[in-house]
Amino acid sequence: MTTYVLTAPQGPKVGPHLGRPRRHILGLATRRALVAYAVVLLLWQFGATSQSWLGTRLPVIGNVPSPVSVAVAWVGLVGDPGYWQSWYLSFSRVLLGFAAAVLVGVPFGLTMALNPLFRGIAFPVFELLRPIPPLAWVPAAVIFWPTQELSIDFVIFLGAFYTLVINVMQGARAIDGRLIQVARSMGGSRWNVFRRLILPGALPSICLGMEVGIGITWEVVVAAEMISGGGSGGTAASGGGLGFFIWSSYVGGSYAQIVVGMISIGIAGYLSSAALRRLEVLLTPWRRAY
Amino acid sequence: MMPTSVARGALHIEEVVKIYDPHGARIPAVDRCSFNVAAGEICMIVGPSGCGKTTLLNAIAGFLPIDGGTIRLDGEILCGAGRPQAKVGPDRIVVFQNGSLFPWKSNLENVAFGPIMQKAMSPEQALDTARRMMAEAGLGGLEHLYPGETSSGVRRRVEIVRALINDPTVLLLDEPYRALDALTKSVMHEALLEMYYRKKTTIFFITHDLEEAIFLGHRVIVMTSRPCRPKLILDVDIPYPRDYGVLTSPRFRELMGAAAAAVQEEAAKAFELGEKEGVAA
Repeated sequence: MTTYVLTAPQGPKVGPHLGRPRRHILGLATRRALVAYAVVLLLWQFGATSQSWLGTRLPVIGNVPSPVSVAVAWVGLVGDPGYWQSWYLSFSRVLLGFAAAVLVGVPFGLTMALNPLFRGIAFPVFELLRPIPPLAWVPAAVIFWPTQELSIDFVIFLGAFYTLVINVMQGARAIDGRLIQVARSMGGSRWNVFRRLILPGALPSICLGMEVGIGITWEVVVAAEMISGGGSGGTAASGGGLGFFIWSSYVGGSYAQIVVGMISIGIAGYLSSAALRRLEVLLTPWRRAY
Repeated sequence: MMPTSVARGALHIEEVVKIYDPHGARIPAVDRCSFNVAAGEICMIVGPSGCGKTTLLNAIAGFLPIDGGTIRLDGEILCGAGRPQAKVGPDRIVVFQNGSLFPWKSNLENVAFGPIMQKAMSPEQALDTARRMMAEAGLGGLEHLYPGETSSGVRRRVEIVRALINDPTVLLLDEPYRALDALTKSVMHEALLEMYYRKKTTIFFITHDLEEAIFLGHRVIVMTSRPCRPKLILDVDIPYPRDYGVLTSPRFRELMGAAAAAVQEEAAKAFELGEKEGVAA
């Protein structure tokens, strides 16, 4: 009699060269980002300290404060409430200007996309104003608006407004006409075509416009906050906003602080865009499918 | 092979003219085109690219005005003298070549869209009906996926169910299976016939694929190259229900031969026309 020995199925064999699968606490994208930051910091550090190890100052980068000195300056600021107030002020200005741009820009862009008469009237004016950089609006804004704060918000608003409107308009006009024909033949009223087709159809472009737009608001925050002249206090870190913080650090000659301010704006912009990307995923769930 | 006992969905196309006028060129896309589609018929329209078949379909659907003639549905004038453009309506639903499901609605919401829009059913009723019809069409379990998450074959089926839930008088199909591979296509054909047997809705079906045309249709109408007019009307005397076995039957081959000769002739004409216009432009 023959006995058959059944062996229990083994797990997938792992070749010796593969070894134990490594477990990572951080995801691949995060690890790559960290490596990239580390490389940039290292190159910057070497470049900025070229005087000491090369004997001669490298052009451009040799004049920049080193990451270490920036870090030291930053540590000095962490306990300074003025620095955090600058964060708060810039963030609230950006959010206010940006929210106004969304509230005005989305309906404006949609109306231009859907109504030829309105587009015929509004678009030429819009196109004429669009190339004027927000910075060029600063003096006029100071004159037009009753308070300093409103002038700043207005300049920030302009930063996001134009990009947003262009995106909303293109997005709404790019919707496949056949979808609208189908909806009409199935009895969809004009309002339903707008609400159930044009709005969701334009949503990805609206989100893209917001993402690009909020980036620009942080780009113009320096120009806008030059208006503020330092808010209530007047010293470098006493609350003019991050944009003003950079300007006054430059005027005050603390170069490491300039860089702290720059990186702070970079971080703030990154956070804002990341939040909007998160919002986009929530608003347009069907796009995960593509 | 005319269908019997179907009360509605008869199309009468009489002397229809449609002229495109880009920069005053006045190109007649459809010229004194006349033919009828019987109630409950699957009428296949074949013709060279750009011959004006889709123009005709758009005129029936109400997406385009015509420049002459009359189109009637069950005796009522859709468009004609005094009313160049038909009103769009759920009695004539179009399924397009590349699909036009709403990407932001789930398959189920897509199917339920029509009845909800027309207020023909409450949203709950519409969703229930949609669920049942999807199950009948073998689409159970795919209700909550977005169209983008499913294969092109599934999307086409969902789209036809979305059309049928409106209980249309005529289903207008504009090369709905063009982009599909042969295998998926054959599954689509059997699924379409399956749905047809249940409802006997009149189907106006534009295609380039002769095999598809003869396999599905009661009749195949081969159109001339621009301007569009019937060149050959072929009665497909193969009884329903049809399965893929008929493809190899002698009668099928005979019909294929007759249709192919007519199509070939027109395609050559269309090609020449295109060449001339290319030189002129």
